[in-house]
Amino acid sequence: MSRYSVFSVLKGGLTGQTHWGRAWRDPEPKPEYDAIIIGGGGHGLATAYYLAKLHGMTNIAVLEKGWLGGGNTGRNTTIVRSNYMLEANAHFYEHSLKLWEGLSVDLNYNVMFSQRGVLNLAHSDAQMDAYARRGNAMRLNGIDAELLDREQVRRYAPVLDFSDSARFPIVGGLLQPRGGTARHDAVAWGLARGADSLGVDIIQNCEVTGFDIQGGAVKGVQTTRGAIKAEKIGMAVAGHTSQVAALAGLTLPIESHLLQAFVSEPLKPFIDGVVTFGAGHFYISQSDKGGLVFGGDLDGYNSYAQRGNLPLIEHLGEEGMALMPSIGRIRMLRHWAGVMDMSMDGSPIIGKTPIKGLYLNGGWCYGGFKATPGSGWVFAHTIAHDEPHWINRDLDLARFRDGRMVDERGAGPIPGHH
Amino acid sequence: MFRFTCPHCGERDVVEFSYGGDASVVVPDLAAGEEAWFDAVYQRDNPRGPHVEYWHHVAGCRQWIRVERDTLTHEILACGPATGRMRPETGGEGA
Repeated sequence: MSRYSVFSVLKGGLTGQTHWGRAWRDPEPKPEYDAIIIGGGGHGLATAYYLAKLHGMTNIAVLEKGWLGGGNTGRNTTIVRSNYMLEANAHFYEHSLKLWEGLSVDLNYNVMFSQRGVLNLAHSDAQMDAYARRGNAMRLNGIDAELLDREQVRRYAPVLDFSDSARFPIVGGLLQPRGGTARHDAVAWGLARGADSLGVDIIQNCEVTGFDIQGGAVKGVQTTRGAIKAEKIGMAVAGHTSQVAALAGLTLPIESHLLQAFVSEPLKPFIDGVVTFGAGHFYISQSDKGGLVFGGDLDGYNSYAQRGNLPLIEHLGEEGMALMPSIGRIRMLRHWAGVMDMSMDGSPIIGKTPIKGLYLNGGWCYGGFKATPGSGWVFAHTIAHDEPHWINRDLDLARFRDGRMVDERGAGPIPGHH
Repeated sequence: MFRFTCPHCGERDVVEFSYGGDASVVVPDLAAGEEAWFDAVYQRDNPRGPHVEYWHHVAGCRQWIRVERDTLTHEILACGPATGRMRPETGGEGA
């Protein structure tokens, strides 16, 4: 594999840039691997990459039923942050954020990670108190957090409604300066190229249709491209985790819900960081192409449709107008939906299952994209060592049975409320 | 978008309703033990296809209803009162 650099671009300029080759191979599946990762999204590819890079497991395959990054990896709003309060989440997401900070260099692939800041707005004194508490919890865990007053928010995001007629006046906000956005497709492609260069077979159009389980241990999978043996198999198929786990006879504490995302027509630079509305569920940022990327709450019912419905679009429009009326005449270009694994406590599940050799990575709720490198990193460790890293120890499947919820929002076991 | 045939009010838009979750979950007896309660509180079949679920007609008659809906196509297959028989949906595009 050739290394990407400014010199390769300059050298290619002499031959009309015709020197570019495939970024990864398209191999036929082998009959047996040391490990199989189901799911060729960011998480599955990151898992394969770190298994090969850090744990010396290079005889592995990533099985993807469609194309790379065609699921939630390409459907999110690209936000990266680690502004969590509970210990288990804080350590995990902060580890992931640190990996993001070095990811482009590590992969020799520009994932366009831009630390433009993530600002959560407060619209009441009580909310400011809650943010002070969250910010303090974050700082105690070594995560950056700054409590901003109204004037500081105005300097950070002057396009917001600071007028006397604002429906929900802005009181202040909690800023994580190291948060930001990344190019989601590039993350999948960069990880695929990195994993492939270390010997990982990335096999697309290969759907897992069953598991071979003997004596409580996994021995392989059946796929649309034949049976493949492996004694270590990791599932990273968030959105459809319940379906794949059911093939292994597992029932999980997960419901699948719709989350919509939207992008407007491209504009000149308009809003710098990521801003979240505090009086409703609405968040907005601007992509490098100029489109306003925004989203909000779940549609609110179990669904695998990958398309959203109109009531939520109207609701988001109203929230956007309450926050920044200046967007009122901007046209919406596209909207789409992804299928979220909503877990019973709103936190992910990364760890072992009751079946030996079968590992679970799912339940990502809204938080999957920002977790991509961290998720792959801890999942690779879990698969390689057959035990979790301390960072994902508390995010195990058994916590639901044991009553060790990691419920950031305190919403209880109602998946659609997280 | 979809509409439900509320057994009390007739055909109404989804915006009048609030979701109440999987209606196939049976609340166990208080003495049923931890395993039965764990299953009821946390474990979900989460089907990709027909799903029986509760909806609350918040902006209507305020009664709970039971609906069979396809989670892949959003087609409404049947509606009925929360505790009674469900009536299959006929005609209309449903989804």
